[in-house]
Amino acid sequence: MSDQTVLYDHLGPKGRRNVRIGTAVGAVFLLGLIALALVQLQQSGQLEGERWAILFDPDTGVPQGLMRALLATLRAAVVAMALSMLLGALLAVGRLSEHAWVRVPITAVVQFFRGVPLLLLILFAYLALPQLGIDLNLFWTLVVGLTAYNMAVLGEIFRAGILSVDRGQWEAAYALGLRKSQVMRLVLVPQAVRRMLPAIVSQLVTLLKDTSLGFIIGYFELLRQGRAYVEFYGARYGLQIYVAVAIIYISVNLMLSLLARWLDKRTSRSPKAAAVELPDEYEPVVPLGRE
Amino acid sequence: MSAILDNLDLYWSGFLTTVSLSVLAALLAFALGTVLAAFRVSPFPPLAGFGTAYVETVRNTPLTVLWFFMVFGLPLLNLTLPSFFVAGVLALGLYTAAFVCEAVRSGINSVSAGQAEAARAIGLTFTQSLRLVVLPQAFRTVVPPLGNVWIALVKNSSIGAAFAVTEITAVATRLANSNPADVIAVFLGAAVAYLVLTLSSGLALEIIERRVVVLR
Repeated sequence: MSDQTVLYDHLGPKGRRNVRIGTAVGAVFLLGLIALALVQLQQSGQLEGERWAILFDPDTGVPQGLMRALLATLRAAVVAMALSMLLGALLAVGRLSEHAWVRVPITAVVQFFRGVPLLLLILFAYLALPQLGIDLNLFWTLVVGLTAYNMAVLGEIFRAGILSVDRGQWEAAYALGLRKSQVMRLVLVPQAVRRMLPAIVSQLVTLLKDTSLGFIIGYFELLRQGRAYVEFYGARYGLQIYVAVAIIYISVNLMLSLLARWLDKRTSRSPKAAAVELPDEYEPVVPLGRE
Repeated sequence: MSAILDNLDLYWSGFLTTVSLSVLAALLAFALGTVLAAFRVSPFPPLAGFGTAYVETVRNTPLTVLWFFMVFGLPLLNLTLPSFFVAGVLALGLYTAAFVCEAVRSGINSVSAGQAEAARAIGLTFTQSLRLVVLPQAFRTVVPPLGNVWIALVKNSSIGAAFAVTEITAVATRLANSNPADVIAVFLGAAVAYLVLTLSSGLALEIIERRVVVLR
């Protein structure tokens, strides 16, 4: 039922008028709410230009600090992404192993890390690992926590992808005389990754969002940086700084989400994208006859 | 080990807080999420636009940031919530509603067009055909995704530890700080408490799924 219009008739003149009236009423209502919020903000002085200027004035150090914090956030996210993809792929292969002594313990590991909150893992890395003699700095504490959780989730995504590859593919590969590792590496994994790309990217968006948990252990990511500035410059600038932090997070994640959606559309456009793909040069970059 | 056995009552109260926080937030999320999904398929552009804007914004905001706003942001607007627990229910509920909306919407899309056409043909209005024909069927297909949303919600409730809600993770952190020798046992205890919730939810889901799911 992708065609939503089936739920209601194509509107007649009366219906269209109702929609127009409804739209107008809704718009007025929404504008009223916004106006009310603005008045409330104005009265508490939150709209003063000087309060917002702190976000853009390099002398206060706030813009540089937020930029640094964004980089710290991205750095933790990228390292954790790379590690959890690598370990996730190993776990997926392990879970599909024919040997029970590999498969069973790995399945247990995956189920454990998937069933436990990420924050608990991060706190474990923060509070318990030093007791075991493993002293990590905050960056690696956060990365270890993020990786432990996301490798299990990504591993499950990879596994689902590998299982979704048509059996003819690996049968053919075995028939050609490829070894088990070759079948996995050359035939199954490339197709699985391509098929699972949207799911993988959306899990990576989640991972990026989850770096904000670094706030709790004191890693200087965006939220902790924002909090530090509010403590330094006073609650007077609180709302402005928090809004800026939220906007930075939302825009970075929105970009990644859009990428995920674009990938999704690209892969779903051709159902056989996993099996056949034209080389890039088949796509004319500039439409013919136009310069 | 003794750190766990001596503090079983603390674990138990943390467990109950996690459960009540999750259940209340889930009720809010399921109610709001269903309404948002109905908005998104409705013929009124402002409602559909509002639904889309809500989902896009909230899905791309980290829960920590949202929770942070409830606790530190609202007081700056001269709004104070009655307790940290209420702030938690609101943050978790508002956040999860976006995911519920997406799950329900994909469920609505999976109901075959013939059902809605038939509903329209026998003269049901938009609200009636959605309420009596499409949504009851949609809910059946969304049992698995909604179940996953619920499990994620339970795990997300752990963020309450950072915002003064004494649920399991907060209990574990406190015990870990007061019993440095037993840190690992303390965390394993908390992990078991979560696994009890998530694995049993997973099992219950499988059973419900087998009973209600309709094949298309």
